[in-house]
Amino acid sequence: MNHLVVLPVLIPLLAGALLLLAGRAGKAVERSIGLIATAALLLVALLLLSRVSAGELLVYYGGNWPAPYGIVLVVDRLSALMLSLAAVLALASLLYAISGDDRLGPRFHVLFQMQLLGINGAFLTGDLFNLFVFFEILLIASYALQLHGGGRARVRAALHIVVLNLVGSAIFLIAIGAIYAATGTLNLADLAVKVAAASNEQAGLLRAGGLLLLVVFALKAALIPLGFWLPPAYAAASAPAAALFAIMTKVGVYAILRVHGLVFGPDAGAAASLLTPWLLPVGLLTVVVATFGVLASRELRRLLAHLVVLSAGTLILTLGLDSEAATSAALYYALNSTLVGGGLFLLADLIARERGEAQARLDREQAVARPALLGTLFFVGAVGVAGLPPLAGFAAKLYILQSAFLHTAASWVFAVLLLSGLLVMVALSRAGSALFWRSGDTAVLQTASGLLPAAATTLLLSGTAVLMLGGGAATAFTQATAAQLADRSTYIDAVIVNQALAPSPHRKGGF
Amino acid sequence: MEALVSVLIGIITASAVYLLLRARIFPVLLGLSLLGYAVNIFLFASGRLQLASVPLVEHGLAQLPDPLPQALVLTAIVIGFAMTAFLVVLALRALHELGDDQLDGGDKP
Repeated sequence: MNHLVVLPVLIPLLAGALLLLAGRAGKAVERSIGLIATAALLLVALLLLSRVSAGELLVYYGGNWPAPYGIVLVVDRLSALMLSLAAVLALASLLYAISGDDRLGPRFHVLFQMQLLGINGAFLTGDLFNLFVFFEILLIASYALQLHGGGRARVRAALHIVVLNLVGSAIFLIAIGAIYAATGTLNLADLAVKVAAASNEQAGLLRAGGLLLLVVFALKAALIPLGFWLPPAYAAASAPAAALFAIMTKVGVYAILRVHGLVFGPDAGAAASLLTPWLLPVGLLTVVVATFGVLASRELRRLLAHLVVLSAGTLILTLGLDSEAATSAALYYALNSTLVGGGLFLLADLIARERGEAQARLDREQAVARPALLGTLFFVGAVGVAGLPPLAGFAAKLYILQSAFLHTAASWVFAVLLLSGLLVMVALSRAGSALFWRSGDTAVLQTASGLLPAAATTLLLSGTAVLMLGGGAATAFTQATAAQLADRSTYIDAVIVNQALAPSPHRKGGF
Repeated sequence: MEALVSVLIGIITASAVYLLLRARIFPVLLGLSLLGYAVNIFLFASGRLQLASVPLVEHGLAQLPDPLPQALVLTAIVIGFAMTAFLVVLALRALHELGDDQLDGGDKP
């Protein structure tokens, strides 16, 4: 058994507990614990990524209980990729936070680690009920992080999120109950076997459970009509929290991809391809609504929040194309949009800080202190997120359109994605010129805000250039990931069958 | 018994949804708690309902109860409890900061 697999859950848990104990030791200690833990997390994630890149599946049996009965954590290419993405985003957000934003409220670092614990757990778990548990962990940490810094807008947004997600949790539990009643298992690999063999009598219950799961995941991924909570919340959240939240919608998309791919796949008998007819229309609708949101925004952070919804919609419509190439394109797009989205949230905060009273409103107001630096970063981010050459956003969008070429709904996908791309470009160029060119004549009041925040922002935004330069390697990896996702039997064998054939050496003499 | 339990779950859920749609924080809180109860009974029932059975295991008994839903319900109760407590505190803070207990309004200037 490979204990490396459980580390992405254990490191934040231990660091969080340690941070609670070290609460009185001062900010310097807190910051170093947080940084060390997050850097260690990135290291472990990259190690896992290199271990699974050959196609091996790492399975961790909690307490060494055999698979359908105990708790399993599974690392395949997809999990390792998402873990690494989360770790990079977290490290940059934390670097930004330690330059001062962690002083806005108490216990920032504890909550940050707990948030990472929930995110990593959700990416690792091979069990539906533990997915629920890890979702709850990441949610309760995100409620508190959302409130970090206080103020009216944050409190109101948090109230909405908490109530919506509590209803979402109830629906999640109903779905779990229905699926358990029909199959008698909650292990994803075991479910894949049992659902494929389900009788017509159980099919109704299974289909209801599966679609309820889609509702819950759509709420997390902020798909329209369940995503209206996101823009006010992310626009109000403090910068490091908002940057980390850029991965949260992707957790919802990940859950859809995992459950859709493994349990309700094309060979799932009575519940085959259960979610497929829903994903494409929902994704298209989300992109359309989010584009209007982007156009209507009068504040940079709200614009970026709408862009987060837009990227979730693009991902879902790409997954709705239901082919291996589309899945690969979606993963490449997810990497780019998460890094650039997080980076832009940090940048928006830098701009807001330097503009003083004007904050990030898109009006003719106070100029920023470092127009060259922030302007360049904004340009890179805007090009990366709108999908213009030469950065990875362009390659990702091209890849998606290419994978949609032979689909029956190709015309819809082309029309919506290209038009939305054009309108986003218009909105971003308008925002950029309002922020940097049409600034007022008033002298610069704010002082520049240090190098560390700008470095953290640059780190995330340069992700889009790295993804473009390393595009060949990245797409080769996402293609291999998509192929692995399509190959259900290997996953099932790795989790259940192989273990039954070869009992672990630990079993004989106890641990 | 199945019919009785399912009707009960239905009534509790319906009451919960009604309260949730009141869009004021206290009824919503009660609605969420009721919804939690309904969900817990539903989860419990997903392991099949049995009368006059043992709580966990007894040798020689032909039909044993399913322990997994019990574990699930226990976890769900703990999580629901924590979430409700958090919401109560948040609602109090919102009442102080925003000056009203409405949930559906936008942010007034």
